[in-house]
Amino acid sequence: MPAGTLYRGREGMWSWVAHRVTGVLIFFFLFVHVLDTALVRVSPETYDETVAIYKTPLVNLMEYGLVAAVLFHALNGLRVVAVDFWSKGAKYQKQMLWTVMTIWGVLMAGAFYPVLRHTLHTLFGS
Amino acid sequence: MSTETANAGTGAAGSADGERTYSVDNPAPVIAPPRARTGKTPKATRGNFEMHTWLFMRLSGIVLVVLVLGHLLIQLVLDGGVTKIGFAFVAGRWASPFWQVWDLLMLWLAMLHGANGLRTVVNDYAERDNTRFWLKMLLYTATVFTVLLGTLVIFTFDPNIR
Repeated sequence: MPAGTLYRGREGMWSWVAHRVTGVLIFFFLFVHVLDTALVRVSPETYDETVAIYKTPLVNLMEYGLVAAVLFHALNGLRVVAVDFWSKGAKYQKQMLWTVMTIWGVLMAGAFYPVLRHTLHTLFGS
Repeated sequence: MSTETANAGTGAAGSADGERTYSVDNPAPVIAPPRARTGKTPKATRGNFEMHTWLFMRLSGIVLVVLVLGHLLIQLVLDGGVTKIGFAFVAGRWASPFWQVWDLLMLWLAMLHGANGLRTVVNDYAERDNTRFWLKMLLYTATVFTVLLGTLVIFTFDPNIR
């Protein structure tokens, strides 16, 4: 690679990378999620047995990760819309990213107990 | 080197100038503008496909923020989180046309939004023509299959399956 052509765009580039990575992860989950939901057409037992996997500690923790990915992709997506359609969007893109990260942090803190309650109760008792 | 090229150019132009001079009686031949559309211009242009997908990503994204965050709130946060989810819970929700339409719209928009996102990713990173083509065929097949399966499940759901 020739010197000086490596793009290092700070907040702009890293939010783009994170948007892309979270988007791909969410798409793969969506594919699996439609398949597991389709089991309601097989039998109630098959569906309930499969959904039980979502209630194991490891997968429950992955759900918290899914919430993290979806929240970032949603909030940053709104920032991308603002950059594209708001006349001052490009000027304030950094401030908007830090706003996104702040809201994301608050929502993630708030989602910790409700999302992981099942695991917390099974592992540490009610 | 540039001086030589310049000299050669001037020389050629000079000799051409000397041989023919255009006037009202001897007009210069008309050359069609390079981008003019003629009968031979192929009709198949790319159109505005990429602009429409760009717009779709933004519009569907805004709608999905509401649909998906609402879905996560109901499924993973309210009423005991993931604990309550089971066949009975699904049956209760799909008894209402409102949630059927919600889930159907979410399925279609999310799958198309995700499929177009992955199409962009494949176009960006798969460098060989063949690889790119087959990855996209796999993507489109999986997308059509998932959308149709999901739609079928929502429309044919039977709470009294057993």
